[in-house]
This record gives sequence, C-alpha cells and structure tokens, in this order.
Amino acid sequence: MTTIGVLGLQGAFREHIRSVEASGATGVVVKKKEQLEDIDGLIIPGGESTAIRRLIDKYDFLEPIREFGKQGKPIFGTCAGLILLASEIDGSYDVHLGLMDIKVRRNAFGRQRESFEADLDIDGVADQFTAVFIRAPYIEGVGEETKVLARYDGHIVAAQQDHYLACSFHPELTDDHRLVLHFVKMVEHSRKSLAM
Amino acid sequence: MSQTGTDRVKRGMAEMQKGGVIMDVVNAEQAKIAEEAGAVAVMALERVPADIRAAGGVARMADPTIVEEVMNAVSIPVMAKARIGHIAEARVLEAMGVDYIDESEVLTPADEIYHIKKDDYTVPFVCGCRNIGEATRRIREGASMLRTKGEPGTGNIVEAVRHMRQIQSEIRHLQSLAEDEVMVFAKENGAPFDLLMEIREEGRLPVVNFAAGGIATPADAALMMQLGADGVFVGSGIFKSNNPAQFARAIVEATTHYDDYKLIGELSKGLGTAMKGMEMSTLTPDQRMQERSQ
Repeated sequence: MTTIGVLGLQGAFREHIRSVEASGATGVVVKKKEQLEDIDGLIIPGGESTAIRRLIDKYDFLEPIREFGKQGKPIFGTCAGLILLASEIDGSYDVHLGLMDIKVRRNAFGRQRESFEADLDIDGVADQFTAVFIRAPYIEGVGEETKVLARYDGHIVAAQQDHYLACSFHPELTDDHRLVLHFVKMVEHSRKSLAM
Repeated sequence: MSQTGTDRVKRGMAEMQKGGVIMDVVNAEQAKIAEEAGAVAVMALERVPADIRAAGGVARMADPTIVEEVMNAVSIPVMAKARIGHIAEARVLEAMGVDYIDESEVLTPADEIYHIKKDDYTVPFVCGCRNIGEATRRIREGASMLRTKGEPGTGNIVEAVRHMRQIQSEIRHLQSLAEDEVMVFAKENGAPFDLLMEIREEGRLPVVNFAAGGIATPADAALMMQLGADGVFVGSGIFKSNNPAQFARAIVEATTHYDDYKLIGELSKGLGTAMKGMEMSTLTPDQRMQERSQ
C-alpha cells in the first residue's frame, strides 16, 4: 500500500488526509522528521507559510525534506506548500526548501476579500476543476524543466517538475480528488521505480 | 468565471488557520513580534481585552490608523473587531481590506438583540459562542469561523474550558438522539433544525472552532487543543507577559505539539511571569463579557 504523509505542523492537513484516502492511498500526519522514513510521498498543505516555515526550522525538517525530495520521492505543495517548494520568492531573500525551479509571488491575487473560486483546466489531469484560491500565491516564472499545468487569468497556478507538483489553490477543500489522485499515481510510479 | 466571498472561500480561510495561534496586537511592532513567533494571524486592536476591562467606558472598533499600520507591517492575515450588531463598523473594516472580522463581545455591543447578517459580506466573520445554540445561530447568520467566548482579559482559562466542553458534549448528545428527537433539541436550544441534522451526521461543526478568552500559558493552549479546539486566540496573554517574544513562540509550539508534554515542559521553563489573571467570582455580572450576546 502506498503511504502518503501530510506535513502536519499547521494548516489544513486533515482535509488532505481525507483526500489521499479517497484516492486509494494511506494518509499519515507527519509531525516529526523521523516519520519521513515511513512514507512514499509528502504533501505540504496550505496554511500560513511563515508559521509553517518557523515550525519546519524549529523541528529541524528543512534538510530532511530536501533529502526526501532528492531521493526521488514525490512532494506536492499546495498554496503555502507551493511557496515552501519554490526556488525564488518575489520580494523575499528567504527561500525555504528551494526544490522546484519556480518563482512565486505571495498573496498575489490580493487579500482575503479578493479570494475566489474558479473552474480551471489542469493539463493532462482534469478539465473543469473547481479551484479555491485563498490569499493565494501564483507562479511568475518557471525553469526549463518545469511544466505548466494550469493558468488562471494568464498567471501560472499549477506546475510539475519531475516528481514535484505544486498548485496555488486548495484541492483539499472540495470533493473533487482528481489532482490528489494524479499525485497518488506519481507516488505509486516512483515507488515502483525506486524499488527497482 | 470567478466568484469571491463564497462559503468555501470564507470557511476555507479559517481552515488554513487550523493548528495555529492568532494573537492580539495593538501596533506594528507587536504585529511583527507575533509574525516572527509564528502566529497564523493577528487581531489588530486599540487595547487588549485586559486593558479594555481596566479602562471601562464604551469599547469600539479600533482607530483605522492602527488597523492600517498593522496591515502594512505583516504579510499574515489581519483580523479586526467590530461591535456586535454594528453594521457600519463591519462595513468600514471590510472596505479597509481586513481579512477577517470578529463580531466581538469584547467590545461594547451596538445592538443587544440582533447580530450582523454576516452572509451579506465578502469578508468572513468569526463569532464567539458558549453552546451549540449560539454556535448554530452564528453560523446561520453567516459566521465562517467560531471561537469560544471564554472570559476575555482575565487570563483565567476556566470559562473557555466550560464553553469548549459544553459544545463538544452537546454534539455528542445530538449524535445519540433519534431523528424524531432532534426537533425538540432544536426548540430547546434555539438552534436551526437543518444545521443540527448536518452536525449530527458529520459529528462536528461545519466551521472551524477556535478557543479564546483566558488563554495565558503554553499549557493553557495545549489544554484547549486537547479538548478539541482547532486552534487558539491569545488576547492579553502574550503582550501582558514579561517576555512577549518568547511567550509567543512557546504558545505556538505548544499548540502544534499539544500532546507532547515533555516538550511543553521544556518550553515553559524560564518564561517569566504570565499575566496576573482574575478569579471569576471577583467579576460582577455586568463585567462578564460573555453574557453580552446570545
């Protein structure tokens, strides 16, 4: 059975667990770095990126998560998770994990009153996907290796680079599990190839 | 086509705050300390509840200058309080772009009978509650997030514990009822029937419920999380303590790792004096802020 961890320091981790389980994998909340050894893929959920980053530092997660990714194990970042994965953050010198070749802008669509939901097509994953954007970031630019999966109003809101997946909206807040299912498949695939 | 201010967008915002600490601040400097400590949001106020108690008189929405100063100082969400039933204060805060409005009993109510019809607004609201009746009435008025009332500005956790236990036990009781018994429960609690049916089915409230009102130490925060809170508000507790930065960090960590007692013990060491606090029996009935709305 494929086991997917959801980083459970702060934010909407319970919803992600529900979504992972609905997609046919086992979901576990990860609160200690030692737990990374027991999982095949990791989801970094939405929440407040500055709060999650502080707890990542405090509990010494930064290098272990980088190492997890460098072993070829898939990581999916949603909203705050996307910010944490990025290699460049507009207006900030403080890059977090830096695993994905993307440049992000925080709170890019504005404050909470500008938060919205909209239907998107996610390339190769889902058409007419209801995406919930909450004080969301967007991706301003991607590297050559990064594939753009979805745009809203011209801005990149979902991307994939090998075994890294990121989106600026919250797939865990709806009952449409197609994007999480896509990640579960990525994890199953990597599990097979890492076992060889 | 995009839509702003939907239930999903407003309730979802509160979902993102889960497991976190929301801190009361009165200026940019405090807001930065809170953000640095890992707060998930700040509540911009003119005075913390303990000082509102001490000052007496009518407590109103904060001066917009303070709210603006805090909004400019941090990148985390900024909340602000409006008086209960004060439609205009709420509209002003919405127009300023605050991320969440607390229709709060900490301020002097503008309306002793009616709350704001919150689903008319694009900005989401949080409201206080002591029981399932208050919780469901606020949700039906459009609150996207709840918190216990506790007894604000006292540094005494006893009322927040009472309110959290009350709601949890009412949810369990509701689940034990047969379907044909729910209507009487609805009548007795002044609670919307269909919302009760939904809660009975799910075993939980349809919105996030934080603890608030009297949290003064990391162990208090951990206690409330153990009782089922989704996160905590700390009002006077942080900036009325001796060492706010350290206190703030300790409360954030205790909220994340609320069942790791060894860790909570470690981070409670040498924190200095917590806020002084008040015993409930020293409050006269009119000093009990929790009685200000139902």
